[in-house]
Amino acid sequence: MADPVKLTIDGREIHAAPGTLVIDAAKQNGIEVPAFCYYEGLTLQAACRMCLVEIEKTPKLQTACTVPVAEGMVVRTETPQVATARKYMLEFLLTNHPLDCPVCDKGGECELQDMTFRYGVGESRFTEEKVHTPEKQFSPVVFFDAPRCILCYRCVRVCDEGLGVKALGVINRGVVSEIAPNHGDHLECDECGACIDICPVGALTSGAYRYQTRPWEMTHVGTICTHCADGCKTTLGTRNDRILRGNNRDRSGVNGEFLCIKGRYGFDFYDHPERLQAPLLRVNGKLEEVSWAQALNAVAQKFNQTLADGGTFGVIGSNHTSNEENFYLQKFAREVLRTNHIDHHRTGDVVTLLDALSGKEGKLATVADLYERKAFLVLGADLALEHPLLSYQIRANYRHHQAHIYVVTPGAVREDHYSTVSLRGRDYASLRDKLKAESELVVLFDDSYKGDDVRKLVEFGESLGIPVKYIALVDYSNSRGAVDMGVAPELLPGYKPSGQPGMHYGEMRDANLGALWVVGANPLKNGAQRKAGFLVVQDMFLTETAQQADVVLPAASAYEKNGTVTNATGEVQRLKRGINTMGAKPDLEIMGFIAREMGAAAALGPWTPDAVFEQIRKNVRGYQVPLPVLMTGGAAQTMPVNGRIPVESRPDLVHSDHNGLFASGTLGRYSKVLNSVMESRLRR
Amino acid sequence: MTLSPQLEAKFNKLLESYPPGRQRSAMIPMLLYGQDEIGSVTDDLIEEVAGRIGVTALQVNEVLSYYSMLHRKPMGKYHIQVCTNISCLLHDGDKLYEHACKKLGIGHKEATADGQFSLEEVECMGACSWAPAIQVNYDFHHFVTPEQLDRLLDGLKKNAV
Amino acid sequence: MLYNEPSPLETRVLSRRFGKPNSASIDTYLADDGYKAFLKASKMKPEEIIEEVKASNLRGRGGAGFPTGMKWSFVPRNSPKPKYIVVNADESEPGTCKDRLLMEYDPHQLIEGILIAGLSVDAHAGYIYVRGEYRYLIEILDKALAEAYQKGWLGKNIQGTGFDFELYTHTGAGAYECGEESALLESLEGKRGVPRIRPPFPAVVGAFQCPTILNNVETYCAVPAIIRDGGKAFADLGVPKAGGTKLTCLTGHINKPGVYELPLGFPVLKLIEEVGGGIRNGKKLKAFIPGGSSCPILTAAECEGATMDYDSMASRKSMLGSGGVVVMDEDTCMVKAALRIMRFYAHESCGWCIPCREGTAWLRKLLTRFHQGMGTRTDIDLIGDVSRNMLGRTFCPLGDAAALPTISIVEKFRQEFEDHLDGKPCPFEHARHMVTV
Ligand SMILES: Cc1cc2nc3c(=O)[nH]c(=O)nc-3n(C[C@H](O)[C@H](O)[C@H](O)COP(=O)(O)O)c2cc1C
Ligand code: SF4
Ligand code: FES
Repeated sequence: MADPVKLTIDGREIHAAPGTLVIDAAKQNGIEVPAFCYYEGLTLQAACRMCLVEIEKTPKLQTACTVPVAEGMVVRTETPQVATARKYMLEFLLTNHPLDCPVCDKGGECELQDMTFRYGVGESRFTEEKVHTPEKQFSPVVFFDAPRCILCYRCVRVCDEGLGVKALGVINRGVVSEIAPNHGDHLECDECGACIDICPVGALTSGAYRYQTRPWEMTHVGTICTHCADGCKTTLGTRNDRILRGNNRDRSGVNGEFLCIKGRYGFDFYDHPERLQAPLLRVNGKLEEVSWAQALNAVAQKFNQTLADGGTFGVIGSNHTSNEENFYLQKFAREVLRTNHIDHHRTGDVVTLLDALSGKEGKLATVADLYERKAFLVLGADLALEHPLLSYQIRANYRHHQAHIYVVTPGAVREDHYSTVSLRGRDYASLRDKLKAESELVVLFDDSYKGDDVRKLVEFGESLGIPVKYIALVDYSNSRGAVDMGVAPELLPGYKPSGQPGMHYGEMRDANLGALWVVGANPLKNGAQRKAGFLVVQDMFLTETAQQADVVLPAASAYEKNGTVTNATGEVQRLKRGINTMGAKPDLEIMGFIAREMGAAAALGPWTPDAVFEQIRKNVRGYQVPLPVLMTGGAAQTMPVNGRIPVESRPDLVHSDHNGLFASGTLGRYSKVLNSVMESRLRR
Repeated sequence: MTLSPQLEAKFNKLLESYPPGRQRSAMIPMLLYGQDEIGSVTDDLIEEVAGRIGVTALQVNEVLSYYSMLHRKPMGKYHIQVCTNISCLLHDGDKLYEHACKKLGIGHKEATADGQFSLEEVECMGACSWAPAIQVNYDFHHFVTPEQLDRLLDGLKKNAV
Repeated sequence: MLYNEPSPLETRVLSRRFGKPNSASIDTYLADDGYKAFLKASKMKPEEIIEEVKASNLRGRGGAGFPTGMKWSFVPRNSPKPKYIVVNADESEPGTCKDRLLMEYDPHQLIEGILIAGLSVDAHAGYIYVRGEYRYLIEILDKALAEAYQKGWLGKNIQGTGFDFELYTHTGAGAYECGEESALLESLEGKRGVPRIRPPFPAVVGAFQCPTILNNVETYCAVPAIIRDGGKAFADLGVPKAGGTKLTCLTGHINKPGVYELPLGFPVLKLIEEVGGGIRNGKKLKAFIPGGSSCPILTAAECEGATMDYDSMASRKSMLGSGGVVVMDEDTCMVKAALRIMRFYAHESCGWCIPCREGTAWLRKLLTRFHQGMGTRTDIDLIGDVSRNMLGRTFCPLGDAAALPTISIVEKFRQEFEDHLDGKPCPFEHARHMVTV
């Protein structure tokens, strides 16, 4: 590292790394220089002129956002000249602004309001007619009110540079310049809402959130998105047990401020009209609403009877439910129901990867690695659509650190635009020489690499002679946690071999079991007929599987419970309950109640998330993560095994749904927003 | 869209005029020469130009809406541009413009119903020493009096018939 | 045919071929010392060429007046990137119409200047960015380029010197801001004409992100004479810190408007009276814009003793600018003049930065209302104040270009603003009409 530069800002001696911009050097030392167009991580604009400061020996005011620090530089940010410049810059900004704060969604968290409050003039001298244009709807989720726009170009940049989509631009010139969408009057894009989030004023507003509340009336709960396996933190704005918006403006979590459409808007399935609010019991061939007591009793009785009759149980768990729920479920199955027929839908070959890496340290990449490491090999997946956060990280890495990206995929992908090499097909081995020349590498592979392919891939990686890390891409918010927790016939929690034969997912679906218990999964979704003598389903909706059940127990969604989940990169994060939905209960609670009704609760221990997590910490390697990290909303990476996993590899069971941006398995069908955007029709 | 052979040749020459990978540079000339032939910048032309230089239609729109000589609406066969900027103003360029409005019965950036004439009040066109000046399409006319303008327009009208 | 009769007071260096039969053809040019300077330069070392240009005291003719030799010396000599020569033929500054003649009458002089610039920095390609309205000039230039290629004055191994150069014309499409050098480069790259953050300057990161020399047409046109006759000879034509001649466009209320080539330091009153034949209709001088509408305006009194050069104008808090002289007689309504100038800048503001975008639009509306007789006394100070709030705070100099003349008009002609108050119609007969877009 080069020596720090010494300079003076507002009379204080300050040290900053060479190349630091004056605005950042000031900020690092607690001196605020106001700015609209400057945005960390995006290209410089120097358009808003709010950050003008005095720099000794330069006659004119300078933009703090473009001038790098220099040895001996003397900067003043609070002189009368600077104050005047700021004051009148705000006067200029407000000349054509409609000043409709009372009915603006942004009111209360608007940077223009805040700046005017702090630096502005009390009244405007502008008495001319304002430029006015009517509000436009760019898409179901993006509305644009041009008169409120201050043209800071943040939205244009985040869409181009951050997302790689380039869906927004600027048209016209001068005072009638305006932000415009890519398809005439509407947007066709990722619909991620990053533009809305980054807008400092109320020019871009969200179709899902607008006119619902004032921001200060909401409670903000940071939890983990329940859709894909990337594990973004989404901060839910809730009021009266309703979720009104999702965002991550505090940049906590592995995703910083990033969210895709699913994380930002996809929470809305929670109040879908078809959401189950009471247990259902099959009476005379028809499902009827009953009380929780009746339903639980019916399940417990039947389970006990099946046990007594020596019948066989099958248990299908979920890749959406929490680690605690999965752990409790497998324990329930194995210790109470005395069955090893337990599985979940596997979406990536994590088991083979961990086995192949046996004995090695530091081999799993984190989300942060994707922004920091120097080279990447993307195999199979269309990352931008299937793993939006991972793709975002790599793109940011490329922009900021010129990372090298190698792509080997069946079709064209967004990464092609900035990759060093893009190949169609599977022949990554031809990249050997290029990869060997890199100083380090992260390999990401999807479900088209499984079993021996994964072993070969690891062999290849380890033969390059450079540090290599891996990510086995999986589909859902807790796909990784489900294997870690042993929701598989051959594996106990922490990848210990169960040593007993057990049926897999498909086998259970097709077998004549005494009882089949499905928690948060939809095995009959493709029109299969149930075979089990008794079928219990825990779910939020009357899915194809639930429709054939004897008892349906309404489950809480991820946003309605506490617990932990583990993302594709093995990082454990905490779910925090945002709201309560009438009638539904968290799966853990439902399982606990069933155990209690069966008289088996004591064997399983308490069914609160914290208590179960304690058991996980004791039983699953790598999960002894520091609790303060989790409690404060951080992410802790696990390496849940480090030794051979002596079980038969079953690549045939691995199958990804390859959900794009607008799909999320069965759950996605219940999100209004995901179905409302035209792209979900275009891309399906 | 199919271009005339001349325009096709022009586009191809333009694409060769810039360093490799910089074909976007041809955008503005292509739009202007295209407009000259087609009468305005049509959706088809935007698509065509975008395709040839490898940018999106939005990127073309951003650029074309910036430049005041590029029009999305068709202008007349004779586009009359009257300068009223300072040097022309001092020679009654503003009155000349008003005269043209009355004579043609149209206003700023409007076209006559028969599509023959359109009018635009323009900024300085680089004819300041020979003010007041107008341009009919790309042809300059200097020291223009209202009477001369009348004669010019009448002449063009006859041409049109 | 010439646009105006030449004046005997002219020193015709750049314009010496104007009016000759077929002056634009390469044969005429070659018969009259054409391309000799290039041949001479091709035998010089690059540093020697730049030294000669420095010695000439040539300052940029586009408006800013930056010393040309110094600008050329900023091009990094050992950069592995290709280098480019770009010609600013956007000529859009109101009052200016001189580059047009240089291209129309003597395109080969421009080409030769470009070639010499290319030699000085080892550039092998160039672009002439011509404003879209000058289509006929593009045709003239293209013809000249074709002749030059055909006769081996462009292309590979020019005249056996081993020097290669490709030259292209490039049309703009109506945008004053594209005359600003960095906005021009954006426009040349097929983008909106929005200026770039500087530094880096074009000499280091210019066209296509490569080192670039960017000058005005007239600047390049001066180069062949400098190399041919030596920098000193050129310097001696002008004043100590600014050498040579300047093409001056006389416009406005003057008897003999036209473009005249005059040595730097030419007295303003002599320019009006003797070159221009005095104010039209025997009227008195009221105001004088020395070099395009971006310059602060001078009163008749300030013109006393003023000379057409950088220092004299700077001492009067104005600028020499681009050579677009605007002469206004006693009947001129200065409110209307301020309004028309502001309408131009509001129309041409690229909209990138807040103070220029909002300030020019505000002032345009305010001045329109004021001129229509609906102004209030506080508006007068407001006009000055809003202009001062733009000044020095905008992204590029266009904001200053809008603010400076406005401030000067309000300060120097305040009484005329007072005369418009209280619903009074504009007191100047010939200013009654005002068309607003
Ligand atoms: C708003 C604005 C408009 C300009 N327009 C022109 C122009 O039309 N022609 C020109 O040569 N220079 C123009 N300039 C000056 C150029 O930025 C630049 O200084 C010049 O082309 C450099 O060449 P020179 O050193 O030979 O003058 C303009 C500058 C500004 C700020
Ligand atoms: S990337 Fe995945 S985890 Fe992040 S917001 Fe989108 S769906 Fe949710
Ligand atoms: S933050 Fe510096 S100009 Fe906007």
